Amino acid sequence: MTSTAQEATTGCTGRNVPAPPSSRRYLGAMGAVPLLLALLCVSAFLSLGYGARDVSWGDVLGGLSGRNETLGQAVVQMRLPRTLLAALAGAALGVSGAVMQGLTRNPLADPGILGVNAGAAMAVVIAVAWFNMQSLTGFLWMASAGAAIAAIFVYAVGSLGRGGATPLKLALAGAATSVALASLTLAIILPRGDIAGGIQLWQIGGVGGATFEAIRPMLPFFGAGLLLSLLSARGLNMLALGDEAAAVLGTRVARLRFMAALGAVLLCAAATAICGPIGFVGLVVPHACRLIAGVDHRLLLPLSALGGAVLLTLADVLGRFLARPGELEAGVVTAFVGAPVFIAIVRRKRIREL
Amino acid sequence: MKTLAAPAPLIQSIRLQRDRRRRELRRLCVLLGALLMALVCVTLAIGQSVTAPLDVIRVLWGHEVPGAGFTVRELRLPRAVLGAVGGLSFGLAGAAFQVLLRNPLASPDIIGISTGAGAAAVFAIVFFGASGGLVSVFAVLAALVVAMVIYLLAWRDGVAGGRLILIGIGVAAMLQSVTAYTLSKAPAWSLEEALRWLTGTLNGATLMQAVPVIVTLGICGGMLLLQGRALGALQMGDEAAAAIGVSVARTRLLVVLSAVGVIAVATAVCGPIAFVAFLSRPIASRMTRASGPLLMTSALTGAVLVLAADYAGQFLLPSRYPVGIVTGALGAPYLLYLLIRMHRKGALS
Repeated sequence: MTSTAQEATTGCTGRNVPAPPSSRRYLGAMGAVPLLLALLCVSAFLSLGYGARDVSWGDVLGGLSGRNETLGQAVVQMRLPRTLLAALAGAALGVSGAVMQGLTRNPLADPGILGVNAGAAMAVVIAVAWFNMQSLTGFLWMASAGAAIAAIFVYAVGSLGRGGATPLKLALAGAATSVALASLTLAIILPRGDIAGGIQLWQIGGVGGATFEAIRPMLPFFGAGLLLSLLSARGLNMLALGDEAAAVLGTRVARLRFMAALGAVLLCAAATAICGPIGFVGLVVPHACRLIAGVDHRLLLPLSALGGAVLLTLADVLGRFLARPGELEAGVVTAFVGAPVFIAIVRRKRIREL
Repeated sequence: MKTLAAPAPLIQSIRLQRDRRRRELRRLCVLLGALLMALVCVTLAIGQSVTAPLDVIRVLWGHEVPGAGFTVRELRLPRAVLGAVGGLSFGLAGAAFQVLLRNPLASPDIIGISTGAGAAAVFAIVFFGASGGLVSVFAVLAALVVAMVIYLLAWRDGVAGGRLILIGIGVAAMLQSVTAYTLSKAPAWSLEEALRWLTGTLNGATLMQAVPVIVTLGICGGMLLLQGRALGALQMGDEAAAAIGVSVARTRLLVVLSAVGVIAVATAVCGPIAFVAFLSRPIASRMTRASGPLLMTSALTGAVLVLAADYAGQFLLPSRYPVGIVTGALGAPYLLYLLIRMHRKGALS
């Protein structure tokens, strides 16, 4: 643990260390952080000001500072939790995807593709239908359990046989598991007409209708997941060299895998329990960030968090823009942004390498 | 140097073996056909209430039988007919794709073609108010476009099976979100209606709905069966097929067009009944030692699967489930089993 912390500090003061091999990457990443922060601010402003009713910039600022005098300011305050949730869930999904890709050394890993979201969704549906659960904290625990079980199952099925967990095997195992879980989920909600409507809507995945009360129970899960992920960043770098090499270099591989997987599962479960299953954010964002920051997870994970927040917030705004005066759920938008990226990755020649 | 001609006894024994397998295959088809008929009869006669076989026959001949006429003619008959022809369509098209692409995972419901047809159908119904044959036209066009897009995207000095399947999964994910979104925008739709497009169901079937499926099955399905021999040759590889006189490109085009037509029309009516297209051929090939495309056998297996799953979903389970949920819950474990077996053999790595 201490070595991780040390490494993290040297990573931050990279300019004082005699030129590390990837110093250009550090500079790129350092430039990307303010850029992404600025983008996040812009998309948050758009998300606050844009929608079925447009709000002037003055009202956005007024609403942000807590005033509630004009209609515009009231609208801004309504949109505030939604914007916050989009940023948080996007960050969670981005980091979760980056960790999963590092952990499985698989460029196609994504909570949606691997069926982890479907596991979380089914657990939540079971909680509602069988245990009559109402509390959001309960949902979060159930979603985490479901996501963990699905992740373990898919990884176990996908890594059987020769060659370990190749992208194709993992993706197929994830797709099969998703279909099975979706069938079972439908089978559970079908006899329950009373809850079916709400669940149908939740299953599309979006951030509309968010409230601060719904976001609050998500925060500890989000924090814990983020912490675990960031702590395993250095280990994930080692793991990229292969399990044996990582072990030789002093990484406790089993502990690292457990810690990183727990972090990823907590993050995507927290996002799924509140927003419903949102696919492809975890796939697209780390790939985009890798183009800027290279493969060092100590840079990649924070950047993925920022990138995910930007992507989901923008997706939400875009959904409101495209389907005015109604709205397109953010999950639909991300599927349309993400699936082409997925296909582009598959088309790349050497899919096995990350 | 030895001559290449095989000795006469060897030829004799190969011929004998081939004949035996053919007979076996024919027997299996007859058996499956009988099973299908039996399931149709059960669907017609036994539901919430039991109708005497004689009454069923009299209703089918057009006589009025008090108490049974409506149930049999309006409820059970359309269901049985649509289930049978839908199942035949799914099984046939699934087998055609699996043989053509030489991969059991390349069935239209896994690589997104059924999803495309379903998404187009529900889109046409909700946003354009289409109905009947027009929906089928939409579905067929969309399925053709999806098939073409997937094929083109997977093209890179030839189409590798793994790449095609992965791209299909990505496309399917995108199209599923179209379906989900369209359903959420539909004015006042019941969950029952939505389920048709999420998993597939025979609920509310009418004989009119079965007409386009039967017509397409007659034309495109017949075409597929005619291509059976050529398809069998393609199984051995393109060069080998070309060497024995099969026109590879033509066969491929015909098979893809007909299979897409069959699956799209069936999907436009019953919805994408989960995994029937994928399951039929692996199950059929487990029941016989015969190799070959097994188109007829797979089609019959598909029909048996749909009717049996529909009956189970209606009457044998604690709650009434549409057929797609039953086949989905059955099919997914089988897919996982198949994956594990393929991993063992290293076929996917």
